[in-house]
Formats: sequence, structure tokens, C-alpha cells
Amino acid sequence: MEHLKELARTLRLHVLRMTHRARSSHVGSSFSMAELIAVLYGHALRVRPDEPNWPERDRFVLSKGHACAVVYAALAERGFFPVDWLDTYYLDGSKLAGHITHKDVPGVEASTGSLGHGLSLALGMALAGKWDQKTYRVFAMLSDGELDEGSNWEPILLAPHLGLDNLTVLVDYNKIQSLGRVDEVMPLDPLADKFRSFGWACREVDGHDVEAVLDALTRLPYEPGKPSCLVAHTVKGKGVSFMEDRLIWHYYSPDEKEYAAAVAELGASR
Amino acid sequence: MRTAFIQAMTGLAASDPNVVLVVGDLGFSVVESYRERFPSQYLNAGVAEQNMTGLAAGLAMAGKRVFTYSIANFPTLRCVEQVRNDVCYHNANVTVVSVGGGLAYGSLGPSHHASEDMAVMRSLPGMRVVCPGDPVEAREATLALGTTDGPGYLRLSKTGEPVIHQDLKSFEIGRAIPVRAGRQAALLATGAILENALKAAEMLAAQGLDCQVWSFHTVKPLDASAVLQAAQTGHVVTVEEHSILGGLGSAVAEVLAEAELPRPVRFRRLGLRNEFCPVAGSQNYLRKLYGLHPEGLAASVSEFLAKSIAKV
Repeated sequence: MEHLKELARTLRLHVLRMTHRARSSHVGSSFSMAELIAVLYGHALRVRPDEPNWPERDRFVLSKGHACAVVYAALAERGFFPVDWLDTYYLDGSKLAGHITHKDVPGVEASTGSLGHGLSLALGMALAGKWDQKTYRVFAMLSDGELDEGSNWEPILLAPHLGLDNLTVLVDYNKIQSLGRVDEVMPLDPLADKFRSFGWACREVDGHDVEAVLDALTRLPYEPGKPSCLVAHTVKGKGVSFMEDRLIWHYYSPDEKEYAAAVAELGASR
Repeated sequence: MRTAFIQAMTGLAASDPNVVLVVGDLGFSVVESYRERFPSQYLNAGVAEQNMTGLAAGLAMAGKRVFTYSIANFPTLRCVEQVRNDVCYHNANVTVVSVGGGLAYGSLGPSHHASEDMAVMRSLPGMRVVCPGDPVEAREATLALGTTDGPGYLRLSKTGEPVIHQDLKSFEIGRAIPVRAGRQAALLATGAILENALKAAEMLAAQGLDCQVWSFHTVKPLDASAVLQAAQTGHVVTVEEHSILGGLGSAVAEVLAEAELPRPVRFRRLGLRNEFCPVAGSQNYLRKLYGLHPEGLAASVSEFLAKSIAKV
């Protein structure tokens, strides 16, 4: 348990350094799912960093592709590629683009960036797994704002019909989208009930409570024969006091002073 | 062509268990026998083309060879970003199939006229664009796309097209097929309008105008060497049931303009114009409206050639 909390902290430090160096956006979107990603890559996902295309591997699709920094960091920490690749993030000539990119990046299952694509990709992978009688599982991480996209509700309709209990959606419900609070822009509540009414088995969790997330991602599927949905209640910018629950950290990158203050809060030493 | 397609699909599915057909709740009286025979290589994704295309890419990432199937603009323009990002960017083995290319669903109105699909699909990186001219080409194109890697777009007409190739020796994606020999001009046709191009060439022959006819079943990658061979006649005319913006005519123009030919070649695009069809009408009615019936094509080519002949 402690090592997963420590991993989440390490991921946040990577993200801080990456976005500071690159002057890139979306630090808040990465921070809100640091614990979720730590539990996935630190425990739940059955993957082989030395054999990234292992046919039996679990698949993780980041549909909120703008929050790629924390996933790149997790892949590097798991050994899919050297940690020093992270220093190139977002910079000219890098493999690591500002929306998650699979090309020449071991461990990235699919490229996204335009919202509302990842769940369909994940559904296809899960269906192939069922047809081929494979035991791998497929996970898709969606943002709350992303659920405005009608294209998400097509696979949300279809997955229960196909009985894809090897498919799990995680919603990083940090309550802030691009131009305002979710409640103001396009309210989603009652979100879990929406999924349930479409035929999904749902759980809700504090997305920063590692113990609870671990439990939620260990006992899958939530009901046999149904796809699972974990609504993770999170805080945008979680982990750095002056970034928490503030929309500007969807856009800003930390300057020198902010970077130093944030590192101090997270604790630089490992 | 639909029948030729589903027969070829059946053959592919029987020989490769990874071949999958995903339909967007369309294909009545086409897909039923396939569905019965290959239930675990078939999915009806519902009236949801974005998801159909995205999940097809996901299936392909997990090792499947997927055909998505719908009509008119639904599997292309409705979900063009899924075709671009999910299929093409991942270089996924997905062939997008559309029945009703051009004006095949003429009477149903402009929503069902596929008149810009080739232009859009042609612009996507890695996408192959195949538009068969008859049922024989439709069968061969299906087999070729289903056994080679990468994204494809298979643009079919609908039903009742005559067989042009009684004895087709070989078919290859990206290689145009000479259908009729001739010296004075070359008609380059793509899709089922090939039939009318051939009939026009016969009418022109009766007037003493000797025209080649080619089936450019592949618009991308374009057979540039066949274009240059056709250009040796000095007169190139493209014929397509598609907007003249961005389709075969544009593709051929690009080749001709960059070829730096030793002597000028006169060139004309025949097809649909920069407009929506103003009235309802059957495919034949609308083809006639746009001069794409045999008589209209013959008249356009004859008028085009008259200028050159007058000069001689």
C-alpha cells in the first residue's frame, strides 16, 4: 500500500518537472488521477514491461489523452522505456507528444487526444478478447468533461449488450472541465446512476484513497456479465495546495517559483 | 456489387478466423447468410457509426481484420475523425465499406448521395481508396483489401451493375485496368460509372472518335504510370460519380501537372459539380442531369475533342 502512495507521489513529481520544463498544460488533469494510475500500473494491470506486446496483457486506454504526462511517467517507472525519455516530453523531436501517442512508445496501447474516442477502442479490444476466449482485461480512463461527447454514449450503450465484463471504465470525476465547473457547463449527476441505467455495474470511490482504489480495481468485474464502471471522485490538481480544485491548472504550467513550491509540498526526496 | 462483396467476405471469413464484419445496422438482404454462418465474426454495432469505427480499430489492434459496413456517407463522413485518428493513425487493418457510392441512392435525397467521400478519404494518411467498376472488380478488391495490411476504403455502388470484365486476368490495388484501346483520347473512369464511359466510347467510335477507356478502380494510391500512358493520346478525360473536387479528376490532375510532360496534354474532369442535387431522382435520372449518362459523356468528350481537331 505504502509503495503505491509513494508511486503516486513520484508520478506527480515527474509530471511537475515535465510540464515545468516543457511549459505545457494539463498538470491538474494528471494530478487528479495520480492515485488511479499508480494503482493501475503499480498493481492492477497485468503487463510485461520487457514484452510490451505480450498478447495476454491487460490493456489500458487513456481516453483523456491530454493527461498523458502521468501515464508516460508511470510507463517509465514500470520500465517500459527509460526514465530520461520523460525529459523530452512535449519538446521538439520527442516521441512523447502532448496527447498520448502510441508511435514508438512502448506500453501505450492507443493514441487519443480528441475526446470521446478511447472507450470505443477499448470496447473493440475487449470484444476481441471475448471472441478469442482470452483472459485479459481492458481499462479505459475517461474524464468527466469528455462525457459531453455523444460518441461515448454509443459504447456505453453497446458494452452491456455484449456482456463485456472484461471491460472497465474509470471516470476521473474531478468536477472541472475546460471552461468551468462540470455542474455549470454540462452537469453529469447522477453519473453512476446513468451508467447503471445503461446496464453497467458501478462503484464510486474517493480517487485519492489508495486503499479504496486498490480494492475497487482488484475485485473485477463488479457483476459477472456486466461491464464495470468506477466513478472516481477526485480533485483537479490534487497534491499541491495552490493547484487544487482550480481551473487555471488545466492550462498553466508551473513557473520557477511555483515549481519550487510544489516540489517542496510534495517532498523532493524519495 | 453488394452480392459480389458479401460472397467475397464469406470466402475471406471461411479462410481466416480473424476476419470480422461489423455493420452499422444496415445490410438487409445482404448480410443475413454471413451472419448465420459466422456469428463470432460478425457484429451489428447499431446505428452508431462513430463507435462502429472506433471499436473496429480496437478489434484490429487485438489482431482482427475488420470490415465496417454501412451506406452512403455514414461510415465515412459521419465518423471521419474515427477513420482518421483510430483507423489511419494506428495503421489498423480496417476496411471501411460503403454501399451506395455516388448517386446510387439518388431518390433518397442529398443526405444519401456519397459525392465527397473519395475526396475526404483520399486525404487521410495511409488510407487506400478503392472504387470498383463492376462486380468482378468488387470481388477482387474485397479479397485484396482483406488480405493486405493497412486501412482501406471500399466504395461500392449498389446492385444490378453489369459485368464488364468477362475474363479478368489480374487485379492489383493501385494498378488501373485498360478496358478499351484507342488513339485519340483516354477516358479514365472510377466506380460503376465505368459502364457509361465504355458506352460513350462506343458512341464516339461510331462518330469516328477513337477513345481508350481505363478502369481506375484505385484512386489512391493512384496508378501514375497508367495516367502517363493515357496522356500519350494527348487528351485525358476523367469520369466519376463524385464531385470533381478532390476525387479521381483531382488526383489525375495532380499527376499531370507535376509530370512535366514534353508536350501539353488537354484535360477535362467530368463528374458532379460544386452543388447538392436540386431535385429528387433515380440514379439514372440524376446521372443524366449531370451529363454522366452515355450520351452526355459522349457529347462532352466530342465537344472537348472538337477544339483539338479544329486546330489540326
